[in-house]
Amino acid sequence: MSLILSTAPHIRTPHSTQRLMGNVLISLLPCVAAGIYFFGWAAALVLAVSTASAVLAEFVWQKLTHKTVRINDLSAAVTGLLIGLVVTPKAPWWMVMIASFFAIIIVKQLFGGLGDNFLNPALTARAVLLASWPAIMTTHVTPVDAVTSATPLAGYSATTMDLLLGKVPGAIGETCKIAILIGLAYLLITRTIRWEIPVFVVGSAAVMSLLLGMDVLTTVLSGGLLFGAVYMATDYVTSPMKRWSTLVYSIGVGVMIVLIRKFGAYPEGVTYAIMLMNICAPLFDRMFPDRKLYGHKKEAKA
Amino acid sequence: MTMNVLLFLVSCVLTNNYIFSKFLGCCPFLGVSSKVSTAASMGLAVTFVMTIASLFAYMVNAWVLVPLHLEFMQTIAFILVIASLVQFVEMFLKKSMPAIYSALGIYLPLITTNCAVLGVATLNVNNAYGMLQSVLNGTFSALGFLLAIVLMAGVRERLETSKIPECMKGFPISLISAGLMAIAFLGFSGMV
Amino acid sequence: MEQKKSLGRIFMNGILTENPTFRLVLGCCPTMAVTTSAINGAGMGLAATFVLLFSNMVISAMRKVIPDKVRIPSFIVIICTFVTIVQLVLQAYVPSLYDSLGVFIPLIVVNCIILGRAEAFASKNPVVDSAVDGLGMGLGFTLSLTLIGCIRELIGSGSIFGIDLLGAAYQPMLLCILPAGGFLIFGLLLGIINFVGSRRRKAA
Repeated sequence: MSLILSTAPHIRTPHSTQRLMGNVLISLLPCVAAGIYFFGWAAALVLAVSTASAVLAEFVWQKLTHKTVRINDLSAAVTGLLIGLVVTPKAPWWMVMIASFFAIIIVKQLFGGLGDNFLNPALTARAVLLASWPAIMTTHVTPVDAVTSATPLAGYSATTMDLLLGKVPGAIGETCKIAILIGLAYLLITRTIRWEIPVFVVGSAAVMSLLLGMDVLTTVLSGGLLFGAVYMATDYVTSPMKRWSTLVYSIGVGVMIVLIRKFGAYPEGVTYAIMLMNICAPLFDRMFPDRKLYGHKKEAKA
Repeated sequence: MTMNVLLFLVSCVLTNNYIFSKFLGCCPFLGVSSKVSTAASMGLAVTFVMTIASLFAYMVNAWVLVPLHLEFMQTIAFILVIASLVQFVEMFLKKSMPAIYSALGIYLPLITTNCAVLGVATLNVNNAYGMLQSVLNGTFSALGFLLAIVLMAGVRERLETSKIPECMKGFPISLISAGLMAIAFLGFSGMV
Repeated sequence: MEQKKSLGRIFMNGILTENPTFRLVLGCCPTMAVTTSAINGAGMGLAATFVLLFSNMVISAMRKVIPDKVRIPSFIVIICTFVTIVQLVLQAYVPSLYDSLGVFIPLIVVNCIILGRAEAFASKNPVVDSAVDGLGMGLGFTLSLTLIGCIRELIGSGSIFGIDLLGAAYQPMLLCILPAGGFLIFGLLLGIINFVGSRRRKAA
């Protein structure tokens, strides 16, 4: 049997990585803008700290291990920015820094760097924060009037319009759905991500919530579901490579999100659902040995 | 009843996974998880042994040790039960099911000193489980072990060609992987 | 093959050269399970040391009597006896430690370190050497567990041996005392020790 790696076929040279990661950064701009608009300069500070510390961690590690410094490929910047976007605007700077260092060094570099990590670094960092400082991480600020409360999943009532615009408490980047949809459109037009993953994650979550008698629209529009489906589940490195395994993976993410929300201790299941499916991804690729999604073949490593 | 069994299954396999939350059976989990196929065989062998070990340990405890007031002999009785069971299972499989034996055979002797097996027998008594519950606990917990070791093997096969730093190769990176997987399994907390 | 080693060398062997936790990576279940605090780590280590010391002595004394074929079962029975003693003593005198170590006390029986030393050392060496070997290995195990316990307790609760060190302003990183933290800290420590080891080999 030939050894099949689930690393992305796209990532071939630092140059093309830079282009892809640049696209992701551009697509995140609406989310960044919406986050700063709704949560103020505190959010801007969080985003700046998370991005800067991720890039710094990557730089220092590559210097210390005498590797070529590859912060130009922008992957660390993307990870850092994503971390900032999935934490609460209340997060103190040291917490954000720990998250970025953990993501870059432990989740990514210890496994060999870009392309070798089996879990999404930004999500894992968020899970670490949730497990370590649950009180801070689950205290969210309601935008505009800045009242502290839990997320809409924990009993906050919001109209559909509020959910779409992002006038709800939550993490910096995940509340404004319109900004996320603009970002998604950009990613799809530039062919940066595959459409299958976001569509099937959201679709399966909708079907699952219908089966469990939950409100479909609220399920899809609340919490980090949309952000996770667009920016986290689509990570090249940690999602499966082949057509059928990608479908199973995406549906798995959607179903797990709803199950964790409905039955778990945490109000939000997106982080864990995607991480669990990241772990299953190598097995899915083994189980469904059909052709690769875009027909690329991974070249042998030197 | 069905609902309770289902909840018990979720609890044993996901929420209170033997590896990711109880640290029982880490040696085979780290030692025999470099390939998915061998990991699956090991997991099945453990499932088999844990199920019957739970049954026999329950019988020995409830029918021999407790009536004779020899509860302090529990550990020694259980380890002897497990060791002889494993021997017996090995002989039985070799004679009557050579196909299964050739797949699981080499793992069986290792299982005697697998702390998950003695662990489940002891925990069954500590939690005062009845016979059926003991057996279910044995099977379900072992299925959790099976899930963990197969997932771990999938990840480790992926890591085979990674550029892992020299000092992290082997045990250290396996432990880190297991730690990150344990973080993901936190998502199941509170499900039962 | 049989080289006469000094007792000091045998003793230090267990603590440094063949440290069961960091060098041989044996007995990893309790290493990660009970090290949520320094005191638990130390308690587990000392309990295992006691078993190791006495089982090594008894097995060494009986090494010419035990037939080769039933060697392993006999070892297990001897080890089990001492584990049961430890279990009863802890239950009677240190019930809080007994509760926090839980199922891992009876599981000392299947700890690979103890059976491993019985097979590799005590069954081939005189009583005094075996006792020193058991003590060295046990203390090596104890020190490693205490170290991991200190690190996890410091980061995860801000204290060491229950003494608050980092002050009230410190927000403990709970992850470190969760199971995931056990895997991560142990993995990182092993990596660091490998790194230092390879540095020293290069320098030598």
